[in-house]
Amino acid sequence: MIVDVAILKRKRTRVKPILGIETSCDETAASVVAADRTILSNVVLSQLDEHRAFGGVVPEIAARAHLDHLDRIVAQALGDAGLKLGDLSAIAATAGPGLIGGVLVGATTAKALAMVAGLPFLAINHLEGHALTARLTDNVAYPYLLLLVSGGHCQVLAVEGVGRYRRLGTTIDDAAGEAFDKTAKLMGLGYPGGPALERAAKAGDSKRFALPRPMLGRPGCDFSFSGLKTAVRRRVDELGEALDPQATADLAACFQAAVAASLVDRSRHAIEMFEVDHGAGHAFVVAGGVAANQSLRAALSELAGSRGMPFIAPPMALCTDNAAMIAWAGHERMAADPQGDGLDFKPRPRWPLDPGAARSIGAGAVKA
Amino acid sequence: MTLSFTLSDERKTEELAARLAMIARVPDIILLFGDLGAGKTAFARAFIRAWSADPNTEVPSPTFTLVQPYEAPRGPVWHFDLYRLGDPDELWELGLEQAFAEAVCLIEWPDRLGSWTPADRLEISVDLCDQDGSETGTARIARLTGFGSWRDRLAALRDGP
Repeated sequence: MIVDVAILKRKRTRVKPILGIETSCDETAASVVAADRTILSNVVLSQLDEHRAFGGVVPEIAARAHLDHLDRIVAQALGDAGLKLGDLSAIAATAGPGLIGGVLVGATTAKALAMVAGLPFLAINHLEGHALTARLTDNVAYPYLLLLVSGGHCQVLAVEGVGRYRRLGTTIDDAAGEAFDKTAKLMGLGYPGGPALERAAKAGDSKRFALPRPMLGRPGCDFSFSGLKTAVRRRVDELGEALDPQATADLAACFQAAVAASLVDRSRHAIEMFEVDHGAGHAFVVAGGVAANQSLRAALSELAGSRGMPFIAPPMALCTDNAAMIAWAGHERMAADPQGDGLDFKPRPRWPLDPGAARSIGAGAVKA
Repeated sequence: MTLSFTLSDERKTEELAARLAMIARVPDIILLFGDLGAGKTAFARAFIRAWSADPNTEVPSPTFTLVQPYEAPRGPVWHFDLYRLGDPDELWELGLEQAFAEAVCLIEWPDRLGSWTPADRLEISVDLCDQDGSETGTARIARLTGFGSWRDRLAALRDGP
């Protein structure tokens, strides 16, 4: 049987490291990860600090910029790992979803490297990278429930195995991180908005202003944060001159409490949906930049604890966009199917992780 | 010509967006002005759902991806959010030129367009209503101003509900 031979081969010959490449949004990143989960190198070029003054504008979106940096970043990732192309078992790259220009640069570079080195090329879904990070960092067993909350994503997934993801819920408007950034901006706090708002909230009274609790008690586990943002805007307008440091702190605390209440409520529903299929006691994984917020993290951790679920939150450097997660997803894919993807694989600007969720983020609308 | 509409709730927003979708055609360009939280994306969502004749179409905020394209029987709609854009040159990367030729374009934060701002366009400015004291905070004012062909076409929205 072919499958058994493949497994035997893998057992006999140690699986070599994989190079991962990520260029689907603002970061240009490359990383080498060993099969035993050791991250041999992890290089991320981000423009965040340089552009703090622009209050959220991150101009490093252009394919041109990825093109300018990627060769150097890949060389550095290999150099940091002390490896050459020939020491690798495959080249993995984000092939979607994302800005098509950037994705093309990363995927084409990976294909060229794979061709030159005679290695398999792996087209990785960016969201799959996020979904499998907890297996890289904590070796979490399948199945598990994943809450992915970042600047661009806000969804709950049942991760049932490699390539087997079921989207239980998603935001119907803003992502949670986006709501933090925009709310911080309209309150006159700094950028990035998440940490700035969290700092302000520390000295605030979370009961001073009544803010809506988005989606609370609604069936399912979809999210919505746009109305909350507008509610804060109204408070800011009403307060006018009275928006002194204390009012700012109070409003920040109220906003954070509202997001926490909403995330906990939605997650509770998601857990119930997940447990119908998989039973109790599986891990609850929270990934994405928003998980850096201590107050939200505590609330979600408490929820997991109350349901008897191990709470896993991978370290922040691996929750924001990075290439180690792409390399690791490559390992998972190679273990399942050592063939890899064809060099004719076409990058996909829209690529839902769960094709069954037909109406996912713009995906239902675009014909490939 | 500028038309003003008071949108007391989400349904009024949907109604106006639906009437606009009826007179819109490929390749119209609709610019959405307004502060953070004013309701630009909410209006765009209502328009896309009306244009697609599908009230369940998921229309997430395009801030992160900068653009979300949608296919519909009447033609494609591209929903842009230029909030994060650094340089108008980057509009090339987003396929703006192609979209201007082939799709209905809804563009949030259109002040970033610079010299790309087309002569033929509908400008919509969305603001929260000051006099609205409701906790839910749904009341808005939409001001529609037509340029080019929209100067005359806007009249179709003046009468009616």
